[in-house]
Amino acid sequence: MANVQALLLFYLSKEKKQKMDWSIAKILMQDGLVTGVIYALMAVSLVLVFVVTRIIFIAQGEFVTFGALTFAIMADGGKPGTIWLLPMFGVALFLKELYFVHKGKDRKTLLKSLGVFIVYPLFLLWAVPVVLATDPSLWVKAFLTLLLVVPLGPMLYRLAYEPVAEHSVLTLLIVSIAVHYALVGLGLVFFGAEGWLVSEPFFDGTVEIASLTWTYQSLFVIGMTVAIIGSLWLFFGKTLYGRALRATAVNRRGARLVGIGTSMSGHLTFFLTALVGALSGIMIVSFITITYETGFMIGLKGFVGAIIGGLVSYPLAAFGAIAIGIIEAFTTFWASDYKEVIVFGIVIPVLLLRSILVKHEEDEE
Amino acid sequence: MKRLFLAFFIIFLVVLPVFPGTPEFWINQMNSIGIASLVVLGLVVLTGVGGLTSFGQAAFVGIGAYATAYLSTTAGYSPWVGLLAALVLTFVVSYILGQVTLSLSGHYLPLSTIAVCLVFYYLYGNLGFLGRHDGIPGIPPIEIFGFSLLKAKHIYFLIWAFVLLAVWFSKNLLDSRPGRAIRSLKSGAGMAESFGVHTKYYKVVAFVYAGVLAGLAGWLYAHEQRAVSPSTFGINYGIEYLFMAVIGGSASIWGAVFGSTLILTMKDHIQDIVPQLLNTSANFEMVVFGIVMVLILHHAREGLWPILVNFVARFTGSRLVQPKPVPAASSALPQRNRPQHGQVILEVDNIRKEFGGLVAVNDISFNIKAGQIMGLIGPNGAGKSTTFNLITGVYPLTSGSVRFMGQEIAALSSRKIAALGVGRTFQHVQLLPTMSVLENVALGAHLRANTGIVQSLLHIERDSEAQLLQEAKKQLERVGLGNYLYEQAGNLSLGQQRIVEIARALALDPTLLLLDEPAAGLRYKEKQELASVLSGLRDEGMSILLVEHDMDFVMRLTNHLVVMDFGTRIAEGTPEQIQVNPVVLEAYLGGVDDDLGISIDAKGANV
Repeated sequence: MANVQALLLFYLSKEKKQKMDWSIAKILMQDGLVTGVIYALMAVSLVLVFVVTRIIFIAQGEFVTFGALTFAIMADGGKPGTIWLLPMFGVALFLKELYFVHKGKDRKTLLKSLGVFIVYPLFLLWAVPVVLATDPSLWVKAFLTLLLVVPLGPMLYRLAYEPVAEHSVLTLLIVSIAVHYALVGLGLVFFGAEGWLVSEPFFDGTVEIASLTWTYQSLFVIGMTVAIIGSLWLFFGKTLYGRALRATAVNRRGARLVGIGTSMSGHLTFFLTALVGALSGIMIVSFITITYETGFMIGLKGFVGAIIGGLVSYPLAAFGAIAIGIIEAFTTFWASDYKEVIVFGIVIPVLLLRSILVKHEEDEE
Repeated sequence: MKRLFLAFFIIFLVVLPVFPGTPEFWINQMNSIGIASLVVLGLVVLTGVGGLTSFGQAAFVGIGAYATAYLSTTAGYSPWVGLLAALVLTFVVSYILGQVTLSLSGHYLPLSTIAVCLVFYYLYGNLGFLGRHDGIPGIPPIEIFGFSLLKAKHIYFLIWAFVLLAVWFSKNLLDSRPGRAIRSLKSGAGMAESFGVHTKYYKVVAFVYAGVLAGLAGWLYAHEQRAVSPSTFGINYGIEYLFMAVIGGSASIWGAVFGSTLILTMKDHIQDIVPQLLNTSANFEMVVFGIVMVLILHHAREGLWPILVNFVARFTGSRLVQPKPVPAASSALPQRNRPQHGQVILEVDNIRKEFGGLVAVNDISFNIKAGQIMGLIGPNGAGKSTTFNLITGVYPLTSGSVRFMGQEIAALSSRKIAALGVGRTFQHVQLLPTMSVLENVALGAHLRANTGIVQSLLHIERDSEAQLLQEAKKQLERVGLGNYLYEQAGNLSLGQQRIVEIARALALDPTLLLLDEPAAGLRYKEKQELASVLSGLRDEGMSILLVEHDMDFVMRLTNHLVVMDFGTRIAEGTPEQIQVNPVVLEAYLGGVDDDLGISIDAKGANV
C-alpha cells in the first residue's frame, strides 16, 4: 500500500539525493501512524474474533474493501453494486431457514427471518438509490455504507461458520480462506478491477502540531480509532453482551453451560468485526487508492500485528500493528520496491522470537 | 480390484497421447493436472494426514520454477542441475520455515505461509536478475539421453512418471513407521509423545515433504511452459492448491489427482461459459470455488474421492481395501533386560502439583518394586490421573522428585520418559480411530526401530517394518484381540479399545506399565481375562501401577495400595489392610456419621 507522503519523499530523495534526517523521520512516523492505526483496528478485531470463536478471520480485509468501495462509489455519485449483495445473502439464508423449518424447526422464527433476510435488504435496495438521488452529505453516504455492509458480517457467520462452529481451528481456518476467496471474487464482480480514492474529506484544513502539519482528516482517523477501541473496551467491560463475549473467550463450554450460546456470541462478534472493517474502509479510502484486492493486504498487515501479540493480546496486537504501519512508511522511503517483502518478511523473525519465548503451546483440536 | 483400477489408469495415461485423435489441448490440460497433482499430493500428507496446512504452496512451486529458469537460461546449466537446485532450495526454505513455526500452535504455519508466499511474489517482481514482472522467457526443454522433451506430449510422460512415483512414495511413507507418526499428529500428538514420537520432527518432515514435491512441480512447470513470471505463483494459486486437496479428498492419496483434475477442469469450463452467460470477464471461478469449498467443508469434510470410492465399491460389490496380512519377519524385536524381582523401580518422592490455587496433588510419595502391581485408588477427583501425568512427564511438577531405575525423571519430557521404558494407557481412550488396530499398536513400538524417512519412501525398510507389525500382532494376541488386527480402531467397543491401549503400551517393551482405569467398560468375563493377563505380566517381572474404580478387581490383583483423596495420600498398605482402614471407608462411604461437616473434619484430622 502506498503511504502517500512517504512515497513522495522517496521520489524527492532520489532526485535531490536527500538523506534521512529528523524532519523526514518525523513525517514518516506521522504517515506510518495514520495507516498504522487502521492496521491496529484490523489487529484488534482479528484477535477479538479469534478468542471468542476460534476463527482466524482472514476475510476481515474484505469488509474494509466492501466498506471503502461502497463509500467511494457513493461519494463519486454512483450506485454501488453492494446493494445487490445484501439481498443475495438474504435470499440464501432465507432459503436455508425454510429448509430447516421443513425439517421440523419451529416456525415462530420464520417471520423474524423474513424481516431480517428479505424485507430489510429489499427495503435498502429501494431506499438507498432514493436517498442518493437527493445528493446527501458525505456523512449520510458513510451511514448508508454501514447499513449495507455491516449486516453481511453476521449473515456470513450464519452461512459459512455456524454449521461447523464446533470443528477444529484448522477446519475453521480453511473455511476462512474459502470465504476470503469467494468475497474477493464477489468484490471483483460488484466493483470491477479499477481503484477508487475519495478526494473529498470529511474535514477540510490542516493544523500544526509538534512542528508537523496534520490534516484534519488524518486526526479524524486517529481520533476515530481511539474512539472505536475505547468503545470496544467499554462494551466488553460494562455491558452484559460484552461480558458474555468475554466469558466465551475464557471458557467456551462454561459460557454455554450458563446460557451464552455459541451462535449468539458468533453473530455478535461478526457484527462488531464487520462494523470495524467497514469503518476502517470508509476512513482509509480517503488516503489510499483501494481496489477489490487491497483490503486483503490491509487485513494481512493487521495479522502481522496480531501475530506479534500472539493472537491473544489486544494491546500488543494494536502496538504491533502501529509498528508495522511505521516500518512500512520507512521502508517506502528507503526501499520502495521491497516494502511488501520487508513488511511480510517480519513475520518470520517474530515467529522465531515467539517460539523461543513461548516454551510450550497447546494445540487446540 | 484396486490393482485392476490402477492398471486401467496407467494404460489410459499411456494411450492418451499416443492415440492420434487426442486434441492437443487435452494433453496440455493433462500436463497442468499432473503438475498440480504433485503439489496437492504434498498437501494431502500435510493437511489431510498431518492436520497442518499451508496456503502458500505456490511459493515453493515458484522457488523450484525460478531456480531452474535462472540456472538454465542466464547461467546456462542443464535443466537437471536446475532440478537439483529446485529440490535443495525448497528443502532448505521449507525446513527453516517449519523449524520456526512448528513449535507454535498449528495455525501459525498457514499464516506464515501466506506471508512467505507474498514475500517471494514481490521478490520475483522486483529482482532484476529474475526479470522483474516480465519473468524469465526462453527456458530450454528437458533432454533425456539427447531426446528433447520439447513437445507437450513428450514432457507429458515425464510429468506423469513423476506423479506416479510421488503417489508410490506417499503411499510408502504413510504405510511405515514415520507414516504412523505423521498420522498421529492430527488428533493424537500428546499420546504419540508418550510413546516416544518426536512430533515436532514429524511435523517438519510432513511440511518439507510437501515443499519439496511443490519444488519438483515448479521445475516441471518451468520446462513445460518454457517461461516463468510472478503472476502464477501468487497467493491465489496457493489457495487453489489447497482447494484441490480438500475438494478431492484431503486424506486420500488418489484424492490429490482427482481434486486437481476436478478443479482445473471446472476452472476451464467456468472461464469458457460464464462470460457468454453474464457478459463479464470477471473471475467468477473464485466465487464458485469459494462457495463449493464451504459446502464441501460443511457436508463432506473427507472430500469427494472417498464418496466415489464407496460408490464404486457398492456398485462392484467388492471391498476395495483388502487387509494386508502381517509380513513374516527375520527375527523378533530385541527386548529390554528385566530388572531383578523386588528391586525398586519407581520412587515417587513428595510430588506436588498446583493448578493456580488448587493443589491437585499434595506431596504424594510411594515406591514400586519390580514384579509388583501397585494400585492407586480414591474417589473421583482425588488426583490419581494427575499423579499419572506427573510421573509420565505430561505435566511439569510444582515440587518433589520422581526417580525411575535410580534416574531422576521429573524434568524429562514424556518422550524421554517413554524411551526409558515407561508405557501407559489413558483415562480417556486415545487411539487413532481411522487406523487399524494393528497399526495403532505398532505405533507403541515406535522407539524399537529407527527407520528413517528415505528408507520408508523407497520401501526398503521391509524387515524392520515386519518386525514392528509382528510385535504388534504378538501383543494383540497376548491381550486376546488377535481376531481384530485389521479392524479400524474406532469400530471396537470402548472396553476393547482400552485393551488395545494396553497392547500398545506393551509394544513399547516397558519395565513399568501405568494403566489408567483399564477395566472400565469391560464385562465380568473380560475383566477376569484382563486380570489374568496382568498377573501373567507380573510373573514375568513387569511392574504395574494401576488406577481403577472396580474394587473387586483391584483387591484381587494388587500387592500394594495407595489411597488418595483431595490430592492427599490418606492411606497405604496391602489390600487387606486398606479394606478395614477407617479413613478409607470414610472417604468412600462418607463415614459412619451422616453429618457431612463432621466427616470432613475427621478426615482433615487424619491427614
